[in-house]
Order: sequence, then C-alpha cells, then structure tokens
Amino acid sequence: MLVDLLISPFADFAFMRRALVGCIAIALGATPVGVFLMLRRMSLTGDAMAHAILPGAAVGFLFAGLSLSAMTIGGLVAGMAVALAAGFVTRSTVLKEDASLAAFYLISLALGVAIVSTHGSNVDLMHVLFGTVLALNNEALILLCSIATVSIFTLAALFRPLVMECLDPAFLGTVSRLSPVAHFAFLGLAVLNLVAGFHALGTLMAVGMMILPAASSRFWIRNIGPMMGLSFTFAVTGSGAGLLLSYHYGIPSGPAIVLSLGAIYVASLLFGPVGSLAARYAPRTRHLEA
Amino acid sequence: MNAALTLDNVTLGYDRHPAIHHLSAAIAKGSLTAVVGPNGAGKSTLFKGIVGELRPTTGRIVGPAAREDIAYLPQMSEIDRSFPLDVENVVAMGLWRRIGAYKRVTRDHRRAIRDAIGAVGLAGFEGRSIGALSGGQMQRVLFARLLLQDAPLILLDEPFAAIDRRTVDDLLGLIRRWHQEGRTILAVLHDYEEVRRVFPETMLLARELIAHGPTETVMCAENLVRARAVGEAFDESAGICRRAA
Repeated sequence: MLVDLLISPFADFAFMRRALVGCIAIALGATPVGVFLMLRRMSLTGDAMAHAILPGAAVGFLFAGLSLSAMTIGGLVAGMAVALAAGFVTRSTVLKEDASLAAFYLISLALGVAIVSTHGSNVDLMHVLFGTVLALNNEALILLCSIATVSIFTLAALFRPLVMECLDPAFLGTVSRLSPVAHFAFLGLAVLNLVAGFHALGTLMAVGMMILPAASSRFWIRNIGPMMGLSFTFAVTGSGAGLLLSYHYGIPSGPAIVLSLGAIYVASLLFGPVGSLAARYAPRTRHLEA
Repeated sequence: MNAALTLDNVTLGYDRHPAIHHLSAAIAKGSLTAVVGPNGAGKSTLFKGIVGELRPTTGRIVGPAAREDIAYLPQMSEIDRSFPLDVENVVAMGLWRRIGAYKRVTRDHRRAIRDAIGAVGLAGFEGRSIGALSGGQMQRVLFARLLLQDAPLILLDEPFAAIDRRTVDDLLGLIRRWHQEGRTILAVLHDYEEVRRVFPETMLLARELIAHGPTETVMCAENLVRARAVGEAFDESAGICRRAA
C-alpha cells in the first residue's frame, strides 16, 4: 500500500525517475546558494533575477524555437548582464543592492516583453514559465548536472570569502582583495542555478527551490555548514513529495514541488527549535541555572 | 627614526570637505600611540586612510606594503551578529594571511585559535554562537581575531566604547603584550586618564594635527583647549584650500 503510494510511481515510470534526478541536481546547486542569499538578506534577489532571466530565455525561444541551448544561453546572458550591472552599481555608487537590482531587472523585463510582443504573437512561453520537469530529456539532465557540479566546486572554492563577506565585509576588505571576486561569482552562481531551475520548474518556481529550504533550515540549526546540508535534504524531500502529489492528483509538477517545500517551511516556522513561532510563543518555561 | 608609518601632508575628506587637513607625522616602529581628539576630529577617517579604504586628496601615506600587515578594528563593527557562526570560526578568520581561502586548517592552527580564545578570557566559549554573546564578549572575540592576525601594525578605533572596566583592563593587558612584542599600535581613545596611564605616545587631532609626541607633553591643558576650539566646522560655503603642498 505504502509502496504503491511512494515507491511504485518512481519504480514504474522513467519520467518520474528522471524528474527526481533533475530535482536532486538542482537542489545540490540551488540550496547552498539559497542559504547565502537568505543570510545576506537577499532572498528577494532570487525573484528579481528570475524576472531578469525570463526575457533572455524568451528571446532565445523566439529565434531558435524550443531549443535547450538557445534558451539557456539567452537566460544566462540576460541574467549575467543584470547581475553584473547591478553588482557594479552597488559597489560603486550610493545605491544599495536592492535598488540597483530592481532598476536593472525591470529594464530587462520590459525589454523582453517589448521584443516578444513585436516579433511573434503565438510564442508559447508556458515552458519558460512553468517548466517541464516530467519531460526532462538527456540533454536537459546533463545540463542540470553540469550546472550542479560547477556550482558546488565554485562554492567550495569561495566558501571562506563568501562567509566573511556576509559576516564582516569590512574585515574581508582589509585582509584581501577577494571581496569583489566573491560578490560577482556569487551573483553569477545565483543566475546559473536559476537558469538550471527554469528548465525543470519554470523561472518563477525555480526561486522556490532556492529560498524555501534555506528559510526552513534556519529554524533548526545555528551553524552555516550543517544548515546547507539540511536545506538540501529538505529540497530533495519536498521534490519527491511534490512529484508524488503531481502523479497521484494531477497537480502541475512545478507548483506541486514548491507547495511541498512550502509545507516544510510552514512546519519549520511553527515547530523548529531555533527562533520559530513555537520558541516565541510556547517557550520552554524552566530556565537553566547559568 | 625608523618609522612604521609616515604621513606626508595628508588630506582626507568626504565630498571635498577635509576631515583630516594637511597632516604630517611619523609613527615610530614599535610605538604605542593614543589618537585623541573631539568627535569629528578625523580620527576614524585617518584610520580609513591608513588601511586604504579612503584615498588621500593630497599627500602620501607610507605604511606596510602588504594589506595583511595591518590589523584594523573599526569603530562600529559591521559584523552581522545574527549570522549563524560560532566563536571559534569567527576567531579563525584572523588566520587569513596564513590560510587564505583554500589552505587547510591544521592542528597547529586549531591550537592557535584555542590559545587566542583563551588569551582573551573566553575559554569554553568556542562553540557558542556569536548571536548569544554580550557586547563585551563580542569585543573579546574581535581581539582574539586581531591576535591571530599577527600583524606588525595594529589600528584600534575606539576599542573600549561601551565596554566594562574589567574587560577594558583585560584588553589593555593584550595591548601591552603586543607593545612588548615590538608591534606598532595606534588606538583611538576618549578616556584621558587611560591614555596617560597606558600610552607613552599621543597624537592629538582636531582635523589638523594639534600635537604629537610623548603623552605628558601633548596632553597639556593648552593643547586640549586648542583641540576643542577647532570643533567640527564643515562649512558649506568654504572656499578652496590653497595651502601649499
């Protein structure tokens, strides 16, 4: 019975297994990026980036049809351009990160909409918006796994400067010149992982894979390393649950996955041991001696 | 004189208004100097110039060639105290010049971290998350990090603001130890009694250099009155300074 519910769909259907592998690949890269985004108070940055990528992917679609590489390249170019421009403005002018990013992603979005509406009327952008996790071909899976690999190695190489840049940027600035390197490489990683995510989950849902597991794990753990591990576990659990929901009840897979991640978030928010609502409103009343 | 730091006609400012105006001074190697002056005298600005955060509009600052050779404790630390990291890992950041971004933290490094934490009186706090520390304990953590930085030139900007007596005494002990090890130390302080008790040299600033030398001669009533009189003038209609370089 339980086997029918949880295991059989994956055992019986290759597309379900492929979807799960795709989600695991996305989770490997996206969740640590999400943890850093959250800790830098840039959670909404993922959302803005996703909007910035959308027109690039749309333009790729427009010129090459439903081509994985064209849409990937389009999304990457648009996302990187916005990330670089926003990063440069943040580091060089009076504008803070949120304002400079908002300015450029709005420009990118408007440009994309303008191009798409003048060049084609029946452009099917549903793929870009909602993804096709249940129809991942080999090409797409290889792309997702490659992006996960690049992300993990880059994060490992930049882990110390990134942590220092979040915790105490002034200190990193006085001891090394790596601060801008870490900043831009990190923005690049965020774009790369959103591009990976949009093939499976769609541009807007891809952000869910980054932020929801990160925000959930904050309620359980006080140390950044284990926090990333837990985020990944949450992301994979939510993906599996979402795919099953989608399989059994016919809910579109992208939203089903994000809703499952959302359920984990709500549970963490309510019952997690660190700074959750339970800790706030139903604290353990007996205090310690010292 | 063997100088650790030479300031040659240095002007530093914001929006063309000078916060440090044509300052020339030489800081001797191994000296322990208090930097004193009213609020707005340019003390923090001077430190920002020394670490290279601010570029002088006139003159030159000649200090250590490598930026790792300066350990700098800013006045208002920008540390995000809600960041999920423990004391040991924050102190470990002081090892940067030895381990950089990639090198392994060896057993010797671990011992150095533990020793530094012990030296600031926080033994047993290694695993404590920084969000759970008091203000004084956090300052001790930052001193432990400075200790590991092992830099020949140390800049401390108001290290004892809002810190209790006992913590100040402990941290002053560390400063004395650094002095004995031959490091050059500059510290911004507001407690004149402390300056006279601990610091052999003093630099009195009020946007311009009022006096620089042995503490007892610099900290005389006449100089202090002069420093106070300069105040915080930031005149919107000030003309262009034509003083010769």
